[in-house]
Amino acid sequence: MHGYVRSGSSQPGWLFPFVVIIVLILSVLPLARLAMTGIAALSNDGIGAVLSDPALWSATYYTLVTAVFGTLISLAIGCTFAFLLTLTDIRGKGVLSFLFVLPMMIPPQVTALAWVQMSGPSSPLLKALHIAPPLGSPQPLYSVGGISLLYGVQHAPLVYLALRAGLMALPRDGVEAARLAGAGSFRVFRDIILPLSLPGIIAGAAISFVSCTGNFGIPAILGIPASIYTLPTLIFIKFSSFTSRTFGDVAVLSAIIAIISVAGLAIQDRALRGRDYRVLGLLGPTTAFELGGWKFVGQPLLWLCLFFMLAAPFFALLAGALVPAYGVPLTFKTMSANAFHEILFRQAVTRTAFVNSLSLAAGTALCLLVVTVLAAYALTRRKDLFSRIVSSLIEIPYSLPGIVMAVSFILVFAAPIPILHVTLYGTIWIILIAYLSSFFAVSLKPIVSAFHQLDPALEEAARLSGAGFFRRLFDIAVPLIAPAAGASVILVFLIACNELTISALLWSAGTQTLGVAIYNLDDSGSSDLASALSVLVVLMVVLMMLLLELMAKRLPRGVVPWRN
Amino acid sequence: MAELILNHLAKDFGTGRAAVADFSLRVRHGGFLALLGPSGCGKTTVLRMIAGFEAPTDGSIHLGERLLADASRSLPPERRNMAMVFQSYALWPHMSVADNVGYPLKVRGISGETYRQKVGEALATVRLADYAERRPADLSGGQRQRVALARCLISAPDVVLLDEPLANLDRHLKQEMEETFREFHQRSGATMIYVTHDQSEAMALATDVAVMSEGRLLQAAPPAEIYAHPEGRLVGGLIGRGAILSLPSPAGDIRQFDWSALEPLFAREPDHLPKADILVRQEDVLIVGEGIPARVDGILYEGERYAVRLLLADGQALRAFSRKRLEVGEAVRVVVHAAWRL
Repeated sequence: MHGYVRSGSSQPGWLFPFVVIIVLILSVLPLARLAMTGIAALSNDGIGAVLSDPALWSATYYTLVTAVFGTLISLAIGCTFAFLLTLTDIRGKGVLSFLFVLPMMIPPQVTALAWVQMSGPSSPLLKALHIAPPLGSPQPLYSVGGISLLYGVQHAPLVYLALRAGLMALPRDGVEAARLAGAGSFRVFRDIILPLSLPGIIAGAAISFVSCTGNFGIPAILGIPASIYTLPTLIFIKFSSFTSRTFGDVAVLSAIIAIISVAGLAIQDRALRGRDYRVLGLLGPTTAFELGGWKFVGQPLLWLCLFFMLAAPFFALLAGALVPAYGVPLTFKTMSANAFHEILFRQAVTRTAFVNSLSLAAGTALCLLVVTVLAAYALTRRKDLFSRIVSSLIEIPYSLPGIVMAVSFILVFAAPIPILHVTLYGTIWIILIAYLSSFFAVSLKPIVSAFHQLDPALEEAARLSGAGFFRRLFDIAVPLIAPAAGASVILVFLIACNELTISALLWSAGTQTLGVAIYNLDDSGSSDLASALSVLVVLMVVLMMLLLELMAKRLPRGVVPWRN
Repeated sequence: MAELILNHLAKDFGTGRAAVADFSLRVRHGGFLALLGPSGCGKTTVLRMIAGFEAPTDGSIHLGERLLADASRSLPPERRNMAMVFQSYALWPHMSVADNVGYPLKVRGISGETYRQKVGEALATVRLADYAERRPADLSGGQRQRVALARCLISAPDVVLLDEPLANLDRHLKQEMEETFREFHQRSGATMIYVTHDQSEAMALATDVAVMSEGRLLQAAPPAEIYAHPEGRLVGGLIGRGAILSLPSPAGDIRQFDWSALEPLFAREPDHLPKADILVRQEDVLIVGEGIPARVDGILYEGERYAVRLLLADGQALRAFSRKRLEVGEAVRVVVHAAWRL
């Protein structure tokens, strides 16, 4: 009979299959292809031949060492900030928090470039201040220590955010009860707060470790000059000297990265087991500790940290961009904006890069918005096992390092697509598809949380009013999740704009992104142009973060990552 | 006109225990049915199946001749011409009061003067004409409730469903809204189904009361009938206040007792005789100088009178009202002048 449906479900029949197909294309297909190529390489060349490559083992070693030390440094910095900013009565929390999270949003190659400009014998900033080390002395950052340090700085915000989320959920009455039981500040911290915040610390360490493993920008700028290769940079090098074995080799290298990441996450799972302190009772931001006299130590300490993590590198970058020519000392007289003029108006490459990055970022953000609104609707309304599997399939490409996804998509699209006979490799479309895959989870999260906050009765009332699926979607759901959708667009745009790892492998002439342009300019010795471009990118990041900050009041909790 | 027929309706969410089982009920057109039962008894599931938000796993729902749903297919809610007042009111926060109320018309493609006139009428009916341009967030609980009601009114639905609509209101507002509902029912002539766990609401509003427990329909009858003649211990215990006594089974199949029929039952030696469950309403127990002996076990002041818990000689409890204060432990004599065998 006309008009009947099979069940009482609110979704049209095509919706969930549509989401499943998208997820199959964006998540399952590339990873399956990667696994197949890796297995084929191992069986064709023999496991011995592939695994006896010394470069593979040295890269694995450097990846692990830098990731472990990087994670330790990010833990030290991130935990200090999280505890001081969440639990004490320190002043200027909002500003400190915003500034501290900034490094996370800045492209890693920009961070690396800035730190290189800040230190070493040829630093324009140090030279201008007459405190540069003598010429010929080594650049201290071109080392395992340098890479680890920058990993630490770059990923400390991840630890901060994970731990802060845990600290915000601490039971206020639990702390008060401990106080009444006679525990002093230090004992409350040691006996109550530290054990309860351990899950947050562990989660932060795991995210930081995985991000270090997959980082490309920092080891590319700091490691390659010193012949220190990590797995991501080794993959990059292999691609630039392409042979018949390259696909097999990079598949194996990517698989090792994936295995290290998964091992990191498995250790996290193991460490978190039995630590599910689901907290009951009064939650809320606790100002558990009054710093008193320590305020005069804590406050300057945090600002000093931020000075070295943010301000000094930025000014070094700025100084690098303002020197008229390489090696010329920077004074107020010699200062020139030539580099900015060059990249904005003369160099076709940087202009193309701007256009590419902005349109890729906008395209990714908007395509994902359409897909994620439908996916979030489908996933929040269904609560079965199947939808949970789909949700975790969406998460996988985001939690794997970008380089793994890039390699996977090269393997999928290197040959022309069957039936259609179109080759995507070398076009901008392959970058777009890889972005869609990698940032699906970023886009989905705010929208899913907005849908969760939506009272299902609002939609049911519209159904009884006679509104069909699309009518309800546009009249009821979309206006109500609009703030979260806006945040999702800006977040994806922000991340996609600054992305280097994926595009470093997928770009070709005419499709370079901003991240690639910065790297190439620096690699070819035009550090002034690279610095100028970086300065513009940093300003763009700050601008977009401020935009999100302004929207924050109207957004569901947890959408803007650095807000409570 | 159309009668709503629920035929052996069942719903199993796969939790091991059916949420609704073998539920059959007919609601006449223009009737006002209260679905009464403790929380978790499946009454909201029945309502959601009628609305079309859940599909039955067995049985069928018809509105007159038209099939709404059975185990294999279901007419989606948007095609059922029903309306619902949700427990949370479900007003759309991004629309004004007038837009909320007029949405069902807008979806049906009605606009212009007809639209404005109908919205105006609906708002006037619930005395909210002055609030048309406000946002739902600016209204009080009772006003939001009335907006939700106006939204139901506007599309002339065949069936209006109300899901514990008074649960979030204070007592004073409750009475006022009960009045509004009754008025609304009389005016619209729509079939109404009202889910509640509050029996005083059910008794006050409905033309018929259906009592549910653990997914099953226990009894459906007009309020006075269900109060006076409940079927079975569960309904007897759920509806009204009273005590269920276990007394020797009387001869014959009489169910309604007066004092002359009851007195011999109390007097009889209990031992080996078959027992029957007898419901004694609190207001039917009179504490007078004669009758069976009892002892005061507890007493509670309720304002207009005292509620007394009595213990009979064999340890069974009985409830009564008293005009004057009694002491705990005091010996009294009582007469039960009406009772009902369950």
